[in-house]
Amino acid sequence: MLARLRKPWPDSRAERMLGAVSCLVAVIVVGMIVFVAVHAWPTFAHNGLSWLGSGESPESSFEKMQATSVHPPASAYHLRAWPLLYGTLLITVAAVAFAFVVSVFASIFIVELAPERLRKVTIPVIRLLASVPSVVYGLLGVLVLVPFVGNHLVTASQKASVANEVELTGAGLLVTVVILTVMIAPIMIALTCEALSAVPSSWREGAIALGLNPLRAILAVTVRAARPAIVAAAVLATARALGEAIMISMVSGSRSFTPNLDHGLLVFLYSPLRTFASAIVDFREGISAPALGSSLYAIALLLLLGAFVLSICGYLIKLPLRRYEVRG
Amino acid sequence: MSTLVPFDFDEQRVMQTGHGRRSSPLSWRWRDRVALVLAWVAGIGLCLIAAAIVGYFAFRGVQYLRPGLIFSRPQISASQAGSGGFLDPLLGTLILTLVGIMLALPLAVTSAVWMSEYARPRWLARTIESCIEIVAGTPDIVIALFGLAVFQLSFMGPFSFEASGGGVYGRSFLAAGAMMSLIALPPIFAATRDGLQAVPAHMREAAFALGKTRITTIRRVLLPSVRSNMATGVTLGVSRIIGDTAIVVLLLASSLRLEPQGSVPGLGLLRGTGATLTTYVFDNSPAGEGAAPQKAYAAAFLLLLFVLALNLTVERIGRHQERATGLSVATGAV
Repeated sequence: MLARLRKPWPDSRAERMLGAVSCLVAVIVVGMIVFVAVHAWPTFAHNGLSWLGSGESPESSFEKMQATSVHPPASAYHLRAWPLLYGTLLITVAAVAFAFVVSVFASIFIVELAPERLRKVTIPVIRLLASVPSVVYGLLGVLVLVPFVGNHLVTASQKASVANEVELTGAGLLVTVVILTVMIAPIMIALTCEALSAVPSSWREGAIALGLNPLRAILAVTVRAARPAIVAAAVLATARALGEAIMISMVSGSRSFTPNLDHGLLVFLYSPLRTFASAIVDFREGISAPALGSSLYAIALLLLLGAFVLSICGYLIKLPLRRYEVRG
Repeated sequence: MSTLVPFDFDEQRVMQTGHGRRSSPLSWRWRDRVALVLAWVAGIGLCLIAAAIVGYFAFRGVQYLRPGLIFSRPQISASQAGSGGFLDPLLGTLILTLVGIMLALPLAVTSAVWMSEYARPRWLARTIESCIEIVAGTPDIVIALFGLAVFQLSFMGPFSFEASGGGVYGRSFLAAGAMMSLIALPPIFAATRDGLQAVPAHMREAAFALGKTRITTIRRVLLPSVRSNMATGVTLGVSRIIGDTAIVVLLLASSLRLEPQGSVPGLGLLRGTGATLTTYVFDNSPAGEGAAPQKAYAAAFLLLLFVLALNLTVERIGRHQERATGLSVATGAV
């Protein structure tokens, strides 16, 4: 038996074997979607679409779920996840917007402006920024930035103005968005740099020959030609921001609060909040309670679908690039 | 008349910049000057942020990291001084990395070879490629929940352990390692596939001309020549595994010490639970239960050192390969 395996395989068998192993990846993906969807079903069956509505705070719902037995009554599944959705959207949109601006300018710097020696330093440094574990970012946030904001930026009157709603400790929107921006910018920079350097430099040189100054030529020709790839990079970074759980759970203050502008912009920025992904980390202990488990799987299903839709969007946005034969 | 001469209006400026003098930013419009400054600020600023992060952790690491911490096991203790070091989490990281890479490497390399050398039928190849992209885009927290669902199935008992009531616990090094292999799969796949596609066609043709079959060509010619690409992919995979917290938090962390299940030495360890450096940092930060910032800083510094070393390895493999073959190793998505 072993001797037969050791002999060189005929090609047709090798092809089938390799193909079969590759299919395992597809099986895993299908399995992932099915498993998560099956576990998520009960909570959607009990709540319907009002699952995403507003109402009772998710925190108190989760705590009630945790207290229920192995066979929870239908009422135990009650959940209104709007604060989580709001927190997720707020943090993701803000971080992606900032990271977009930073990464476009940083990519222009790396691809077109930086002197060769500076470029050789910048690229590995930004790659390092991308590979720093999220827990390290979280630790930096919770031990350095949160105390700084809490002790030096939040004033006593701001704390007093919302004292009966939330406690402002410094952990909240501002710190989360700042750290998340630093975390996702390197991904966008990597993809944007790739796209910018794929644009033929003769196009830019042509623009300079027509009288544009070098920077205007970069903005008007290079960046413009790579525009779909830059947007696709932003979309992929959005998927990454959506799934960030550990760092956000550490620095966002973990309160299902919906920050509002009633008490001014600064209070809004300092308000704690909670996202979908961080809720899974925060309530992981109670996952064996069926109702809570199902709710967490429902969140996971939303994240999975979100990532899926975003990656399709990224693909569709990049399609026009093929027409110009600029590969991004 | 003037429409025939499109540069009529700008003639003076064209003449100024055209006569061999370089246009200096001072003569640009203010909008362009602001953009120029912003580009430099963004580029240099990110470098400074990275330097600040590494510098700060180096400072804290030198302050708090002692050999005693690395070589002593965590203890359950009310006081900081008695709670020991992080030998067990360090070993946990090592075990998890080994399990994850051992599961991911064969799967990733096989599918990369199939995708690059056979890829028939087309629709299947396209499906599998999209599946790998989906895996790459799935948040780790979702992968962790998927793992919990799979390893809590009743017949998965041998991979973790069964509680007395018959319920399967579902958390073990094997469970976490299997999910870690999904995290490491996309970078290894991408690096190997890109390497295979960069192998010149004449190398395959030479092997075919010598009467080799396709699979022998793959084994004897192609795989050896993409070894450094695979090394790059594995290094990227390792750096993702050791940096991941969400999977470990859900699928492993119940104690800071390694707790083997059953009496078989190696297997018991794999079926048991434990911690990794990332969860050690998480648990010792104010976000976890034990507030021991000094120990969290020390472990985070160690973690950062690992990441730095892995990044340098990727750079070095890339440079070595470029010198040897003139081909650059694609480092994949960062």
